[in-house]
Amino acid sequence: MKTRDLAYVALFAALTAALGLLPAIPVAALPVPITAQTLGVMLAGAVLGAKRGFLALLLFLVLVAVGLPVLSGGRGGLSVFVGPSAGFLYSWPVAAFVTGLLVELLWRRLNVATALLATVVGGIGVVYAIGIPFISLYADTSLAAAATGSLVFVPGDLVKAVVAAVLAVAVRRAYPVIERPRRAAATP
Amino acid sequence: MTLALYVPGPSPVHRTPAGVKLLALLVLGVVVFVVPTLPVAAGVLVGVVLVGLVVARLPGRLLVRQVRVVAVWAVAILVFHALATDLLTGLTTAVRLVALVLAAAVVTATTRVTALVAVVERLCAPLRLVGVRPARIGLAVAMALRFVPLVAERADRIREAQAARGGRVRGPRALVLLVVPLLVSVLQLAHTVGEALDARGADTA
Repeated sequence: MKTRDLAYVALFAALTAALGLLPAIPVAALPVPITAQTLGVMLAGAVLGAKRGFLALLLFLVLVAVGLPVLSGGRGGLSVFVGPSAGFLYSWPVAAFVTGLLVELLWRRLNVATALLATVVGGIGVVYAIGIPFISLYADTSLAAAATGSLVFVPGDLVKAVVAAVLAVAVRRAYPVIERPRRAAATP
Repeated sequence: MTLALYVPGPSPVHRTPAGVKLLALLVLGVVVFVVPTLPVAAGVLVGVVLVGLVVARLPGRLLVRQVRVVAVWAVAILVFHALATDLLTGLTTAVRLVALVLAAAVVTATTRVTALVAVVERLCAPLRLVGVRPARIGLAVAMALRFVPLVAERADRIREAQAARGGRVRGPRALVLLVVPLLVSVLQLAHTVGEALDARGADTA
């Protein structure tokens, strides 16, 4: 990996941390507030692609684990990795990877609609597919019970997916980071 | 680093190597899940509180704050099990949760960020076989820490520039107008930083 790629990875880890500084919207009676941080997850995948997006979120989790308060609300440290909602955290690198993979596959006909497909599948689907079973295993509850509690986050996540898709398309036009497939590069 | 959740101190817990503390945390985590009984969970909880308050002399409010974050989860789990299964299972699961969260908080509060980064690099040493250079992890952490205030600064600069040109856009369009130039600006910055580091020999390190 080139140093430039390492800098991109560090940048999106930092961007996800910076998004955590934005005020979170607390949901009544829920221990997890709606935050802008999953926007960082979707953007890392959609702008950097699968591999670098995955590494960016992995680096972000390293920042959290070594005790920096970079999660929204100034949370951080190892405690967040052993709580019931830790599955959502673990899902982030995978979510960025899947988002990035889909964006890479759709790169040549990327528009807001196809980008939205990537951010919804990667940034929402993957996150819930890992986070919800984790809660149900951890708290010894049924999958359905764990899923019901998570439903309140879906509207907020959809808004973030749309924002991420719009941004990804705009950045692709202005400053594409994902390399074009080789076939496309060969034809001038 | 003032940003970190580390609380300096002279205690034996502080002086224990970071790797040992992480291993202890891992063992605790496995034990409370393999033996899910109330005495084990409660014993771990009492032990962790003693180590944190008496041995490491951490401020009590630090532990209270950690408990408050997961209190809603603990209560929700307790109520769910009291209704769906039985109170004892609920109590065990809730106590286990608080014990684990506090144990992790004690490790975080007594271990320097640099020591933990060193452990991460050491754990990644086997990845050398597949071409990963562990020293790059420290570099990436350092860059990310530097980029956080830079991103905020660039965002301010763009907002000020747009305000100076007048006009006011509201709603989602305002977000796009701010974030797209911000992303392009910081991507260029990262590109430059990467090249500057290479020019100083970072690529051979």
